Amino acid sequence: MMNTTSAPVLHAAGISKFFPGSIALDDVELTLYSGEVHALLGENGAGKSTLIKCLTGAYRRDAGMIRLDGQEIDPRGPLDSQSLGIGTVYQEVNLLPNLTVADNLFLGWQPTRHGLLDRKTMVRRAGEILSGFGLEIDPSLLLSAYPIAIQQVVAIARAVEQSGKVLILDEPTASLDRDEIDLLFSVVRQLTARGIAVVFITHFLDQVFEIADRVTVLRNGRLVGTRQMDDVTQSDIVEMMLGRHLETHLRRRDRSAPGKSLLKLKNFGKRGMIEPFDLDLHEGEVVGLAGLLGSGRTETVKVIFGVTAADQGNAELRGKPVKMANPRESIAMRFGMCPEDRKTDGIVGDLSVRENIILSLQARQGWHRPLTRTKINEIVDHYVKALDIRLASPDMPIRLLSGGNQQKALLARALATEPELLILDEPTRGIDVGAHAEIIELIEHLRAHGMALVVASSEMAELVTYSNRIIVLRDRHHVRELEGDAINTGAIVRAITQQEALA
Amino acid sequence: MISATLKRVAPQLVILAVVLLMNFAVFPGFFHIEFQNGRLFGNLIDVLNRGAPVALLSIGMTLVIATKGIDLSVGAVMAIAGAVAAAVVTGGGGWLTALLAAIAAGLLCGAWNGILVAILRVQPIVATLVLMVAGRGIAQLITEGKIMTFLNPGLIHLGAGTVAGIPTPILIWIAAGIIVTAIVRGTALGMLIESIGINETASRLAGINSRALLIAVYLISGLGAAIAGVIVAADIKGADANNAGLWMELDAILAVVIGGNSLLGGRFSIVASLIGALIIQSVNSVILLSGMPPEFNLVIKALIIIVILVIQSPRIKHTLYLLRASAGPAPRETTLHDTDPVAKESRP
Amino acid sequence: MKLRTTLLATAVLLAPFGAMAAGAQGKTVGFSQIGSESGWRAAETTVTKQQAEERGIDLKFADAQQKQENQIKALRGFIAQGVDAILLAPVVATGWDEVLEEAKDADIPVILLDRKVDAPDDLYMTAVTSDTVYEGEVAGKWLVDHEAGKDCRVVELQGTTGSSPAIDRKAGFEKAIADAPNITIVRSQTGDFTRAQGKVVMESFLKAEGAANICALYAHNDDMAVGAIQAIKEAGVKPGEDIVVVAIDAVPDMHLAMSNGEANATVELTPNMAGPAFDALEAYWTEGTMPPKWIQTESKLYTVADDNKAIYDMKKSLGY
Repeated sequence: MMNTTSAPVLHAAGISKFFPGSIALDDVELTLYSGEVHALLGENGAGKSTLIKCLTGAYRRDAGMIRLDGQEIDPRGPLDSQSLGIGTVYQEVNLLPNLTVADNLFLGWQPTRHGLLDRKTMVRRAGEILSGFGLEIDPSLLLSAYPIAIQQVVAIARAVEQSGKVLILDEPTASLDRDEIDLLFSVVRQLTARGIAVVFITHFLDQVFEIADRVTVLRNGRLVGTRQMDDVTQSDIVEMMLGRHLETHLRRRDRSAPGKSLLKLKNFGKRGMIEPFDLDLHEGEVVGLAGLLGSGRTETVKVIFGVTAADQGNAELRGKPVKMANPRESIAMRFGMCPEDRKTDGIVGDLSVRENIILSLQARQGWHRPLTRTKINEIVDHYVKALDIRLASPDMPIRLLSGGNQQKALLARALATEPELLILDEPTRGIDVGAHAEIIELIEHLRAHGMALVVASSEMAELVTYSNRIIVLRDRHHVRELEGDAINTGAIVRAITQQEALA
Repeated sequence: MISATLKRVAPQLVILAVVLLMNFAVFPGFFHIEFQNGRLFGNLIDVLNRGAPVALLSIGMTLVIATKGIDLSVGAVMAIAGAVAAAVVTGGGGWLTALLAAIAAGLLCGAWNGILVAILRVQPIVATLVLMVAGRGIAQLITEGKIMTFLNPGLIHLGAGTVAGIPTPILIWIAAGIIVTAIVRGTALGMLIESIGINETASRLAGINSRALLIAVYLISGLGAAIAGVIVAADIKGADANNAGLWMELDAILAVVIGGNSLLGGRFSIVASLIGALIIQSVNSVILLSGMPPEFNLVIKALIIIVILVIQSPRIKHTLYLLRASAGPAPRETTLHDTDPVAKESRP
Repeated sequence: MKLRTTLLATAVLLAPFGAMAAGAQGKTVGFSQIGSESGWRAAETTVTKQQAEERGIDLKFADAQQKQENQIKALRGFIAQGVDAILLAPVVATGWDEVLEEAKDADIPVILLDRKVDAPDDLYMTAVTSDTVYEGEVAGKWLVDHEAGKDCRVVELQGTTGSSPAIDRKAGFEKAIADAPNITIVRSQTGDFTRAQGKVVMESFLKAEGAANICALYAHNDDMAVGAIQAIKEAGVKPGEDIVVVAIDAVPDMHLAMSNGEANATVELTPNMAGPAFDALEAYWTEGTMPPKWIQTESKLYTVADDNKAIYDMKKSLGY
């Protein structure tokens, strides 16, 4: 079906996009051929949606060029790209549920007769178009009368009828059941038969193998590679997504043995979020959490820190039963946490770096016992120096810092409370290489000084570098625990995909 | 600390000065103050005195707005508090009992709002709308729909009396402003309130008890409204449930906005809101002193306030900053927070 | 003592109506009241009940709590019960045609109290209201007579801007002083009909004009006047002596102020709207005479010459 010998229908090269505080896309390339289904994969924050938004003009790209049918284009917005021939359908169907199917299909380009809306023709044409996709429904009914899958096909039909060169499907199957997915895929196959190039973004690897011809993988805003599906296995893809080689950091073999047991979790879990698991954490130990997106990494972190209280199992801190009901109580028990999403869950943007750093410590002390000016300066100076946080002044709002420095300030916030257990969720996501290395060094340093750490990361190689133990997750289960020499990226990938093979 | 505050409220002080000069322009005797009849007497005193209710409301409103909330119920809470105080003294109670009962009623209202917002997670505008509508009804039930008059000199003193020649309401709102400012800035309360207003999720993860803080700000708002309600009732020696505090929540919100505080929450300045309240009262004063027909009242007020808000808009502020910057080196200690609104806008 | 004065005053006030009690004996009348949003409204309810009792009328009372739909419901209820007549104090002016039509079809006369409605006038028997322009005129005439040619600078506290009583009471007062060049209105500002605003605005008048240059205050209602009196006192000036105070409504607190010498005159907006209404009904039932479409209530002038303390006590007992 796909025709790679001819010229590509779309070619984007050197695409870069910077946000204050992070590099979202760095020199990314994407080539689409007529009639192919091209999967675009990557963890959260890898840059998939940023890339799509740059292609459709929803974001202004900071560098790079886009060619459509050999012509350089510069779409200024989704409407513009739509008229050029690039249609997009999102997970949340962006149609109008209170209008009819036909209205939705033709909104903005309704057929007219003598300048008036020709409703009869519109309904008939809508019926024809939809039955072309194997959909026999009444287009004169309200869109909301139909299930999401049908609505999605209507959205696709609308996008394709108007443009018809490239169709981007952004996680279209996330809320569909198997039958609906089959319907969607049959529609996708009809489109490729017509020569349309389809970009398919998803987190479901088996669906990628079912429908895609080629795959492009992004990691941390950079292109990992583009492959023919026939040439790769699921393991290869997982490795591409999670990364295997981290040249600068090799696994150290000379680590000291962990100390006393700190936190014991037994049968700990939360229904609908994370299946019950056991975990035995020791002082001076790093436990890594590995797995694909949605495997339960972040959820594990959340129940341990009490962001969401566990509803089963029990926990013992130094042999005493405890409950992690909310972050405040966890911090009181000398837990510290750096969340996955820096911007929404981490920084308090308009507060100064200084205030952000002392925030947790102050909250634990209580509002009525303010830290003295001297004490605050002491703490802030110490961590700015120790973590090498680069800033013009500690009084500048934290939102103006770069991503790496924001992350360090958040680490400082947690460290200022002198935690015994530090939980890090994606501590190195979206930050520059230098800060990345520094944070990994810091993790080693803290462990060596007796702190217990739990680190969730989508960077496998990174986990391998610093973890004493690695827990591999899949489908919200803790499926495998790797220890000592058994820790390597190959073993993690096998643990992730083995289950897949069994399923 | 003091110089930082002065810097923060400089625009408000300039506006206040301009509006006061407008008063002077329409009535040359505006700045004249004399001591007569055992009390200070003059238009400036009136501005300070009549600004008391809105000033008291604006203190709590500033804190509520800093948490990204809003309290529409303060006007109705004023009516309730006034009615409660009047009911206590007409029932034979003393002025202190009346004041405490009114304050208790205000705190109860604040707790109600706080619980709806912090625990039941009702949107603040909806949560406080409930009491805004129902509260006046409650007040009317207490007064039975009439103006409940009283003659208790102690209670009347709170609204119409003087201490050392200064009208009591002036002393009350200034004291309240100082006390609350001292509490929020002398402790970590202010920073924690700002933190939950800017990013509640992050604040919760950092260990801040956002529920307790949210309830606290609505309690303070209810407390301020109760005192304002007692002052207004005492001033006319009667609790007028139909009219006491009517639409005053909007003036309080306006005072906070004129004070340069963002309705989106976060950084706040109580002093700036208090100056905002004085600005509003000075605008009212211009209208009263100008002798224009009352049909023009709202038009004049709207015009003056539009000008004030436009001057304060980020874009104009930024232009002014650029002008200043190009005229000479930018002042060194300025933080980007104050002077670079564009940086905020350019976030993705 | 107090009780006796009250009874006495009630008897004096109501005497002219009491004598007529006759043809309405045993009739049933429905009364749809707006609510009890003000003291005057409460007094109107009390007086209406008193009037009905005196005439042996069985009054069915319905409180609408400020809602028109409640009033319409009440009216339909009255029609279903087959009352002999309906008194309606309408909360709004529009939207009455249908239910008035139903009453007409059932042959039940409807009399409007206190306010009029926007409906064809064949749908109701008559409307009993005060003449708000005339009220202003009475106040103005009193001031003209009181000043007797002396120069007098008047400050005016208007009602809510744009409301019809504010417009009418202003117009009536201006009409009355038109021929008295010695009386001039020097400042006029709204006090929103409230006590608090009355006080605030009076404070500014006192400063802007200087207390010595103000001869009289005319307030569109007593509440504002009562607030203004406090402002005058706080400015160290004697209300009632240094500044003449005249207003409209005759609420108890104004009588109290007059008995203390702090106010000079007020024009009554009588709470007795039902009396003339029952009179009209009696005449209709006994002699078949149709009343005119508008019955104007008396706008009685009270001055310091009246026994204001007694009137205050009596009015208080009416529920003001």
